[in-house]
Amino acid sequence: MKQTTGEDVVSLVKPGSVHRRLYDDPAIFELELEHVFGSAWLYVGHESQIRNPGDYFCTYVGRKPVVVVRSPEGAVHVLHNQCAHRGAMVVALDKGRADEFQCCYHGWTYHLDGRLKAVPLQHGYPPGFDPKSPSMAMLHIARVSSYRGFIFVNQSAAGPSLEDWLGYMTTSLDDMVDRAPDGEIEVAGGTFRHTYNSNWKLYLENLCDAAHPWFTHRSSIDAAQQQSDDAFSDGAGEIAIRQMRQNGAPYSFWESQVGIWTYPKGHSFLGDYHDDKKLVAALNDPTFRDYVDAMEAKKGKEETKRIMEVRRWNSNVYPNLSFMSQFQQLRVIHPLAVNRTLVCTYNFKLRGAPERMFHNTIRFANVVNGTGSLVLTDDLEIYNRIGLGISSEGAEWLQIGRGFQSDVPDEHRGRRGKNSTSEVYIRNMFDAWVDYMSDGDRAARPATQSLSA
Amino acid sequence: MDRPLRGSNRLDVRACELFLLHEARMLDEGKFDDWLALFTPEVRYWVPSEPGQESPLDTVSLIYDDRRLLETRVRRLSSPRIYSQEPRSRTSRIVTNVTIEEDPDPASTLVRSKFMLVEFRRNEQRIFGGTSFHRLTNADGEIRIAWKRVDLVNCDAPMDGIVVPF
Repeated sequence: MKQTTGEDVVSLVKPGSVHRRLYDDPAIFELELEHVFGSAWLYVGHESQIRNPGDYFCTYVGRKPVVVVRSPEGAVHVLHNQCAHRGAMVVALDKGRADEFQCCYHGWTYHLDGRLKAVPLQHGYPPGFDPKSPSMAMLHIARVSSYRGFIFVNQSAAGPSLEDWLGYMTTSLDDMVDRAPDGEIEVAGGTFRHTYNSNWKLYLENLCDAAHPWFTHRSSIDAAQQQSDDAFSDGAGEIAIRQMRQNGAPYSFWESQVGIWTYPKGHSFLGDYHDDKKLVAALNDPTFRDYVDAMEAKKGKEETKRIMEVRRWNSNVYPNLSFMSQFQQLRVIHPLAVNRTLVCTYNFKLRGAPERMFHNTIRFANVVNGTGSLVLTDDLEIYNRIGLGISSEGAEWLQIGRGFQSDVPDEHRGRRGKNSTSEVYIRNMFDAWVDYMSDGDRAARPATQSLSA
Repeated sequence: MDRPLRGSNRLDVRACELFLLHEARMLDEGKFDDWLALFTPEVRYWVPSEPGQESPLDTVSLIYDDRRLLETRVRRLSSPRIYSQEPRSRTSRIVTNVTIEEDPDPASTLVRSKFMLVEFRRNEQRIFGGTSFHRLTNADGEIRIAWKRVDLVNCDAPMDGIVVPF
């Protein structure tokens, strides 16, 4: 059990409630980086970002700058972005192509798999100096593994394989890829990088929250509902306004029609709530008809029907990934500090789908993930207010108990909410959190669920 | 000259500058309905997410509004329940370096300008700077914005939410 100030941090999670300190205690944040981010699989990127040998991009694993690179042999390596000599960051650009990595300080040069290739003035070092030593390298993150093109790393050498760890969530990643008529997807269309002054956990805790749009997004719902459809649109406004109107579905709809499913390791997905034919590919719209035709030509009617019937909104892979398989959107959560979080968002192009479909993907990204979105900006405000509210040191125990008595088992080793507004997915993330923070030793601890796994 | 040249739809640089100053003032004073009235019915208002971004169609944008979405954006700005503007931002803009650019479209004038924008909200102040492009139309002295592009110098930086337009 991990201690912060002489107490067991897992005691800060109770059935149906969590202590507010989990969101603002810097010592707990450091423990999370060590135990949650240190032993969970973390998404770092997609193989289409490094299609050719030498292609690389930079990102973060927890707070650590890393380089993700494809070697001449085609393998994917994830390297600490640090020179073994004096510690300088070696790769300075966000992405690019390289034959080797060279430190700009004294010219230490590395192979793309991190091995040291050349050291200038090598004769000057003492006799024990061995440039071939495994520790004299741009070091690897302990494990790297891909599932259907999605690259994950694990900082711990031990533990479950990526596929075992993903469990039933592989079906959501499958859905991302299966929707491409040619069976291949690629990252395209740029990124958003939005930030807020609050804890990283709040982001995932909001993404399956079917109870908040009615309040949080009221200003954009009202503005969209009052909008005349006679005003000119080139497609951007039409998609955005239709999406905002769907956020205004009544509570009765959110309660009964959406569905919330959770799985081991903190993963979850929310059913889709969109039934607008301009937004959902399964419905009848000219762009989507062309797309479904392309799907049927490549995959057959039956398989296309099966794929179109997978209706998921956010799929969340705890602790750093969320994606929308139906809408080709993906977000990566980066914890910067206990009270500062960065979220990077990406879009995917479906190989073999009509180009107009990708234009709609971009329009959809602008409204659901955009830094200037009429919707997302109110979510960011909520995260900021939770940070500010908790600093007031009022109610100690924050409530995550909605649906506690009514959650039901799922046939794939999960639990789902009886109502879509159940907070089961938050309790499920804290179950995983407790496991990680206690290194799997749950000795005699009650689960946060009424049904223990 | 403060007024457009007689017999031409083209605007001179002083008329353009005065128009841009008026637009900035409407935004700083929170007169968003008056700001919206400055745009044509077919306007596109664009804030790219990448330096040198070529298209708003195949790459995401910090803002890409057609007329319909711009109307909704402005309507939301006056909502009492726009929580991301509770409290409201205060802004101060400087618009300068106004030049008229070569424009193949004889019916409009393409104007380039530089801006600095200070935004203050809830104990935090942030600064934006960049280059604006306005395509202005002129019908009998009524100047309107047919297209506007704002290139922020930090357009691809991590940033907190953008609610008040540029």
